[in-house]
Amino acid sequence: VTDVLTAVALYLAIQDFNKVVFKKQKLLIELDKYAPDVAELIQTPMEMHYIPLKVALFYLLNPYTVMSCVAKSTCAINNTVIAFFILATIKGSAFLSAVFLALATYQSLYPLTLFAPALLYLLQRQFIPIKLKSKSFWLYTMQYAALYLCSLVVIICLSFFLLNSWDFIPSVYGFILSVPDLTPNIGLFWYFFAEMFEHFSLFFVCVFQINVFFYTIPLAIKLKEHPVFFMFVQIAIISIFKSYPTVGDIALYMAFLPVWNHLYRFLRNIFILSCVLIVCSLLFPVLWHLWIYAGSANSNFYYAITLTFNIGQILLISDYFYAFLRREYYLAHGLHLTRQDGTEAMLVLK
Amino acid sequence: MLPSGKETSRRKGEQTTAGRAERGSHAGDGCSPCRVLVQGKALQGTPGEGLWLVAPAVRRLVFDPSRSRFPLLPLLAQPAQGERGCWSRQRRNHEEPSGSPPQNGRPRSQPGGSRCQMLALGRARARPGRLFPRSRRGAGSRPAPRSRSSARRPRQRKTLRPRAGPGLRRRVSMATPEAAAIGRKRKPAEGREGAGMAAVLPLLLLLAAAGPGRARRDALREELLLSPLPAGDVAATFQFRTRWDADLPRGAVSHYRLFPKALGRLVAALGVRELHLALTQGFWRTRAWGQPPLQAPAGAELWVWFQPTVTDVDKAWKELSNILSGIFCASLNFIDSTNTVTPTASFKPLGLANGTDHHLLRYAVLPREVVCTENLTPWKKLLPCGSKAGLAVLLKAERLFHSSYHSQAVHIRPICRDASCLAVSWELRQTLTVVFDTFSSGQGKKDWSLFKMFSRTLTDACPLASQSKVYVDISPKNKEKELLEVTPPPTSVHEAIVQGDERTYAVYDLLSPSLFNTSRSLNVQLKWKRPQDSSELPTPILHAQRYVSGYGLQTGEISTLIYNTHPYRAFPVILLETVPWYLRLYVHTLTIITKGKENKPSYIHYQPAQDRRRPHLLEMLIQLPANSVTKITIQFERALLKWTEYTPDPNHGFYISSSVLSALVPSVIAMKDVDVEQSPLFTSLFPSSDGSSYFMRLYTEPLLVNLPTPDFSMPYNVICLTCTVVAVCYGSFYNLLTRTFHVEEPSRGGLAKRLANIIRKFRGVPPL
Repeated sequence: VTDVLTAVALYLAIQDFNKVVFKKQKLLIELDKYAPDVAELIQTPMEMHYIPLKVALFYLLNPYTVMSCVAKSTCAINNTVIAFFILATIKGSAFLSAVFLALATYQSLYPLTLFAPALLYLLQRQFIPIKLKSKSFWLYTMQYAALYLCSLVVIICLSFFLLNSWDFIPSVYGFILSVPDLTPNIGLFWYFFAEMFEHFSLFFVCVFQINVFFYTIPLAIKLKEHPVFFMFVQIAIISIFKSYPTVGDIALYMAFLPVWNHLYRFLRNIFILSCVLIVCSLLFPVLWHLWIYAGSANSNFYYAITLTFNIGQILLISDYFYAFLRREYYLAHGLHLTRQDGTEAMLVLK
Repeated sequence: MLPSGKETSRRKGEQTTAGRAERGSHAGDGCSPCRVLVQGKALQGTPGEGLWLVAPAVRRLVFDPSRSRFPLLPLLAQPAQGERGCWSRQRRNHEEPSGSPPQNGRPRSQPGGSRCQMLALGRARARPGRLFPRSRRGAGSRPAPRSRSSARRPRQRKTLRPRAGPGLRRRVSMATPEAAAIGRKRKPAEGREGAGMAAVLPLLLLLAAAGPGRARRDALREELLLSPLPAGDVAATFQFRTRWDADLPRGAVSHYRLFPKALGRLVAALGVRELHLALTQGFWRTRAWGQPPLQAPAGAELWVWFQPTVTDVDKAWKELSNILSGIFCASLNFIDSTNTVTPTASFKPLGLANGTDHHLLRYAVLPREVVCTENLTPWKKLLPCGSKAGLAVLLKAERLFHSSYHSQAVHIRPICRDASCLAVSWELRQTLTVVFDTFSSGQGKKDWSLFKMFSRTLTDACPLASQSKVYVDISPKNKEKELLEVTPPPTSVHEAIVQGDERTYAVYDLLSPSLFNTSRSLNVQLKWKRPQDSSELPTPILHAQRYVSGYGLQTGEISTLIYNTHPYRAFPVILLETVPWYLRLYVHTLTIITKGKENKPSYIHYQPAQDRRRPHLLEMLIQLPANSVTKITIQFERALLKWTEYTPDPNHGFYISSSVLSALVPSVIAMKDVDVEQSPLFTSLFPSSDGSSYFMRLYTEPLLVNLPTPDFSMPYNVICLTCTVVAVCYGSFYNLLTRTFHVEEPSRGGLAKRLANIIRKFRGVPPL
């Protein structure tokens, strides 16, 4: 049920997002912001019509979603809350978005980082320029932050009144942050901390947890014009680097992939990466069985697969990021760049 | 071990004592009172006149501070606020009723300095009564009852057997001239009151002899129960009971006679109400061996009730387990919150108790603990006679550990001092159970003798014991009496109902002089007249077994089978399971099935585990129908631990401690009400509520569970590889975040290209 809800929410959200994108495109074209020869880069309504459906189906039919549904994972609930948060944000309802964000944070702490893209999107929707000096920017930020914090405090106090003790805070958030449970999963944490030297373990826990939150601010600066893409990247980073990742988290960010269909032509190694991800997904149960049941392999085998899988995910996300930036550059400067001497030019990062 | 305040006060007391010794009027003889006493004690062992010369003087020094010739003593006897510790104790020692003269042979009654020094040393094992227990009495002489022994002790000393170690004799001979000299010196000084003393002393002795009611009733009872087991093994159960009539929690008691000081001080300092410690190697096979007199789980088991006055029970528990670990050389210091539980129903106080607030109870089992000689030796040292006399002579480590089951235990509990139960005595029960496989070691014969089992024989009773008996279980099976014969003929035959079974015991009273008349030693032998058909083993009414099932390292199932073979009576049993946190129990999979139907427990207490903090605790009250098997299953998942949390042999597996079954088993035979004080010790640890049932505590097998292991050689690799992955992410994002796209500008090439172009120019070839 929650999966269907998630899918519906995503469908509606993306539908709305497409309208916004289309409007924005039209506006920019009318304003002649785009380079003259980028017509083939611009998304047409024909293409965009099926995207919401694709997103919903991508989520519902994703084997990862099916697996987490079969495993009765609570991850589905978390995904639903995040999907509703995205919907509320894109619909422009600051209050609902704050409430859902607070709910998601309450559940697993990491969605805290989604505060930044949501704020950026809402600012954009209110046509408030993102300038540090502008008063209205700060006012709106304060408003949104207050809404978010208030709802978070209300939820936490509610659970306090239910339990009559604050014990749940260390046992919920402490459990997420300090990674005491080393049951093998698809993430990077379990084997790392199982093998960690005791006196370094605190240091590395801090490093790994900061790593999740670290990318938010640089991404916010770089992607302040594109908060929804920012949101996608941020969700992906959370699902890779959270302390207890599950395949359900991956399913959530993979549902967004059809939205970025238009980036397809700029992806550099999508084929290799999808092969890596598929092969790893197939090898997970195989090596798990070899280690735990057959006893013919040891933990390193399974660990190697988690490493490969995570590298695959990381490269996939950074590839999308690269493609997105590149498309933006082309949109601004024209598709057919030429050097001074008239030959076809290469784009390099500098 | 103790609060540091006491330490300092003790040190002060020590200094004061030293100062007093120097300043005292008798300082001329260069001898502190403590030294006098030490020598006096040494003197006790010497035959001759010096003894009687010195002893009164010493006694006066000890008992009569007011009349003492140390003028400073009364002054010092009222200590300043800070230095109460030692001095106040010493005063109390002085002020003891005259009917209970601290046995001047016992160095525990040393006043002042040396005692203080001993306290300051703080060593729990400081039980300086070495001298006396080492002296062995002649085989023929009877030890006096406790209350009278003080008067007789000097005479016993004289009958030092020549076997007493050369070291001892050397000490004695060294002490003698010096002490005699002191005695001579003291004698004229004594002159003033010499006549009075001469009159007082016999009176004193008379009082001590005639008034057992006024004397301290410390008492030691020792007994050995030998019972042939159905399967052909022989179980030997030693029980030593030391009674101590002292109010421990009320003020510090400083006078220790038979009760080991180490434990006495522990009980007083930490507010322990009951202490039960068992160290066991092997597993008592209830099904084959019948019901045990006292079973203990494999490894170490410790459960303690604290006094209600103890505020921080966990701290006291931690401290206690560490101290016990030192006393018994066992790894009890590994008891921490991850293996400690607070059972609510299974463990009730066995002694006197006002309330049973289970928050004062702590229970822990270390199933991995290996028990060996180093645990036996300190245990033996707690006995008043050590292993030098009495039944403890048989406790020879190399034989005891060459057995199928070995369990040694210490139980301390408060009991009623008398029938009216107005005062509390402390009881220390040291039990040791060992099962010898005589069948396989005796060429297929089931005959045995003490010498065969222990490679020692009994020569005497412990001189301090008021009772010393050997019981041999000769209960007839199938009413055929003439199956076995014991030699030598027993002093008496005792019939009792033990654990719902009529038993006959041949009793050898080591205190009866007739026993050692014919031979110098007692070697109990048992012979079977004809080979017993061991086709049918009697099954005990209640027994249980437990196992782990499932394959792979992810999940598993613990199954416990509890058998009730009673033909017509159902009875409830309390099951206690303690499962370490790294096995995650799924409580929803708990099923209890009896005779194909679900059996709903009438009481369940479940405390879930917390990772690295506390174990699972599951307690259930299950009704066992008559003649039934109850199967209890629960599934669990295994956790992956940090690599430092694994034991050195991780693939050996992890032990799960035995589950505990406590039950009031209905007896087939009606039991008589027996006087607890008189009945054999092995029957009287657990309280029996009424005649129709008896209390049983059974332990199941400990389990061995494999956990998934990481590769222990990989920490560096794992750290490197995982950090690389994180760095890949960081690097690529950093790259994309900080740089912008630019059209590639035609570069002029690197140095190599320019060099190549220069060369090309020379050659006249177009440049690259």
